[in-house]
Amino acid sequence: MNLYLRKFFAPSGTHCLTVGLLLCLASFNARSQDLQPIKVGVLHSLSGTMAISETTLKDTVLMLVEQQNARGGLLGRLLEAVVVDPASDWPLFAEKARELLVREKVDVVFGCWTSVSRKSVLPVFEELNGLLFYPVQYEGEESSRNVFYTGAAPNQQAIPAVDYLMSQGVQRWVLAGTDYVYPRTTNKILQAYLEQKGVANEDILVNYTPFGHSDWQSIVAEIKRFGSTGAKTAVVSTVNGDANVPFYKELANQGVSATEIPVIAFSVGEEELSGIDTAPLVGHLAAWNYFMSVEDDANFDFIDQWLAFIGDDDRVTNDPMEAHYIGFNMWAKAVEAAGSTDSNAVQDAIVGVSVPNLSGGMATMQANHHITKPVLIGEILDDGQFQVVWQTPETVAGDAWSDYLPGSRDLVADWRAPLRCGNYQQQEKRCLADGGD
Amino acid sequence: MLILRSLALSLLLTLPVQAESLRDWVDALGAADAQEKRELLEQIAASGDEISDRVFDAFARGGLYLDRRNSSVVIAQRDGARYLLRDVLTGEDLGSAGRRDVRRIAIDNNLRSELQSLQSIARLSSNDEQQRGAAIAEILAAPTDTALKALAARESLEPVPYLQEQIAIGLALQALAGSDPATIQAALLTLRGRVDPVVRASLVTLGDRDDLPEMIRNEAARLLFLAENRLLWLSRLESLFFGLSLGSVLLLSAVGLAITFGVMGVINMAHGELIMLGAYTTWVLQQMLPGQPGIALLLAIPAAFLVSAAVGLVIERGVIRFLYGRPLETLLATFGISLILQQAVRSIFSPLNRSVLTPEWLSGAWEVTQGLSLTYNRMAILVFSLMVFAGLLALMRYTRLGLQVRAVAQNRAMARALGVRSARVDALTFALGSGVAGVAGVALSQLTNVGPNLGQAYIIDSFLVVVFGGVGNLWGTLVAAFSLGVANKVLEPATGAVLAKILLLVALILFLQRRPQGLFPRLGREDSN
Repeated sequence: MNLYLRKFFAPSGTHCLTVGLLLCLASFNARSQDLQPIKVGVLHSLSGTMAISETTLKDTVLMLVEQQNARGGLLGRLLEAVVVDPASDWPLFAEKARELLVREKVDVVFGCWTSVSRKSVLPVFEELNGLLFYPVQYEGEESSRNVFYTGAAPNQQAIPAVDYLMSQGVQRWVLAGTDYVYPRTTNKILQAYLEQKGVANEDILVNYTPFGHSDWQSIVAEIKRFGSTGAKTAVVSTVNGDANVPFYKELANQGVSATEIPVIAFSVGEEELSGIDTAPLVGHLAAWNYFMSVEDDANFDFIDQWLAFIGDDDRVTNDPMEAHYIGFNMWAKAVEAAGSTDSNAVQDAIVGVSVPNLSGGMATMQANHHITKPVLIGEILDDGQFQVVWQTPETVAGDAWSDYLPGSRDLVADWRAPLRCGNYQQQEKRCLADGGD
Repeated sequence: MLILRSLALSLLLTLPVQAESLRDWVDALGAADAQEKRELLEQIAASGDEISDRVFDAFARGGLYLDRRNSSVVIAQRDGARYLLRDVLTGEDLGSAGRRDVRRIAIDNNLRSELQSLQSIARLSSNDEQQRGAAIAEILAAPTDTALKALAARESLEPVPYLQEQIAIGLALQALAGSDPATIQAALLTLRGRVDPVVRASLVTLGDRDDLPEMIRNEAARLLFLAENRLLWLSRLESLFFGLSLGSVLLLSAVGLAITFGVMGVINMAHGELIMLGAYTTWVLQQMLPGQPGIALLLAIPAAFLVSAAVGLVIERGVIRFLYGRPLETLLATFGISLILQQAVRSIFSPLNRSVLTPEWLSGAWEVTQGLSLTYNRMAILVFSLMVFAGLLALMRYTRLGLQVRAVAQNRAMARALGVRSARVDALTFALGSGVAGVAGVALSQLTNVGPNLGQAYIIDSFLVVVFGGVGNLWGTLVAAFSLGVANKVLEPATGAVLAKILLLVALILFLQRRPQGLFPRLGREDSN
């Protein structure tokens, strides 16, 4: 069904005059069913490798749905969560997304963690015109009509992190990452950024390791050697998931302390630290847009609600949870503004919507479907929490297309009328194609 | 008695004054900015009180909080949703507070290194020789002007010759920054043979200084060259150790498989999960013995063996025995078991990783010589893997079970004819191999994540090692594990971790094309059938 037809059949009173009585009756039929619950799809892995991170997000969405229902739901209807398990299997993500949209007819989906899972569901959401809220920091270079990126783009995490380290006198840089799309793209952006800032090529060491790498001895030794020239050295780590623990353990055992060679990570948060003995990691850094230790009443409330919901006082909150919190509230506000859960209506209504974040500021959905976020740099403490040591004075707007990559520099995404394009080439003044890449 | 009384009297006289000002300083930390904190810390350190050490330790790990209810500074620790408070000076229990009542006193790496430096300076005059040594080493690693001055002041007071030498190095470093050629020359003589980053960095600056005579600059360049050369050799030695260490991990994870797959011919895809169970056993024991991670770790070795062996026994009796001689079905069935075990662990323990503690005696590194240090946990695992291997070898060679295992492996029909109960031997062999996998899990818990996916990371490598070494040969497994480990680590610096792995796999494929039986072929059950 193309866009025109879909709008045509949309169950809304304004079309009655043009469409005629028959469809109007159908539309009234639809209204009488309005007391049916609004369905919220949850597409997070509950088994397999990614379950470690994604299970928490499933629980977060369930909590948000429960809270919304306690407030009386949306548009006078209750919300109902539909949970599926894509089992950390990328093709299964696409299947489950289709199942949610076609069989369950959900109105919105909160889901995905890895970029590859997002790439795998992207065509499904575009084909069926669904809504996906994606809560994890990612490499950018994408903007879809159907996806709302509530995690950080590289300019909301990686670049401010490098700026902070530069202000601390770091001159030599190790860019260490796992060998896949997010670290490779992020490191490409960072390398271009560092070169632009006048860092010489021999002062940058790029290192990639396979997924789940567990033997870090030689790499840590190399980092030590690289950092022993007298110039202050830092490691920018895009090492993913489980490989972090043996990496940090090896750093500690070889005596690399945070005061000598600090490691700043983009995928290590409170949840990951809860599985590590953090004593040797004190002082290493992470860049996020939210930390559990942020001292703000909104955050205290959120933590209290989360601990009560999950029934375990030792659980932690983390950045992607805040992203879901923001995304969910934005969606709810847009639905109320649009007066409908219809995909097109929500897409139009959500741009410009502002909701409070958990660090005392506001998050606004932009025309490129990314949001504004503050950037926080935190240092790991003994109790697995972070001490915020620096933060951007204002929120930073997420940039879908990096300014530091050739080819992507001239692209902008704007999903408002009249442009309605995810990759508009400013030089050639034309929209390249649908979707990302 | 008299002494006691005068002691009490003097305590009474001095303590309140000191404690009072200390408390004021500590409380002032609550509202101070970074610069004020620095000054307060210097004051606290200058008081020379032992309490300052406790304050500094708590502060460095982020344990100092401002109690908002009465604006005092306390030591706090998170306990669930509450915070347990203690008095900074006396350690007295102050009850608990909610999240909104306390605020952590901000600390960052700059302040932390300041703290460390102040602590090292304070420890320079400690009565404990080890503490002084550690303090000197810390100052040498990150020398600041104040610290070097304190070191110079300590020079004439230090009684231990070995520490005197260390101090001399610090002073020589300081002298290098001066302008008198004769002093610099003497300092260079002291620094000969040192390879620390700080020394090398100052040699580089020295070589670039135009105000010094040619001779000194040349001498600096020569020393630098010697240091770099020494480092190069040390890094080669280090690579060798890394390789042996990786080899020992491979050996541990593969040696159990060498028995179940090598000797019995069972393709056990659940081998990795048996390793994982061993790692979880370690975690459970550490939970049962809080505060004793070392003892729990040692107890975990037999416990993990029993747990994994029991699970292995159930797998063999319940599934595998019906599938002997049907490798494809065995592969599928055990793969299914591995998924079941993973999900079971996820359901029982949660999908999150569990944090297994490293005991004190296994953390850190042994400095063999300057510029070469070997980490304790890796050394321990290397020795442990060889012990497990030797034990297994002895068991196969000298025990009745070992004899029967070998007999059944070589010729099942003949062994049965001689009265060996082959079904029982099968079950025990499989349990043995599984138990060894559990023991490997205990060792791996010290290196990597303890989570449901632990096993998957090692299963492929384990099969590689066994196939490369020659199916059915324990010695082959040993040689294969260490040669793969060393080859990997020798390649890695040149090619990177990803390419090193690819190159090794390609080499292995080519080798197996030439010699499908692996390094040390031996007749196993399949061949005799």
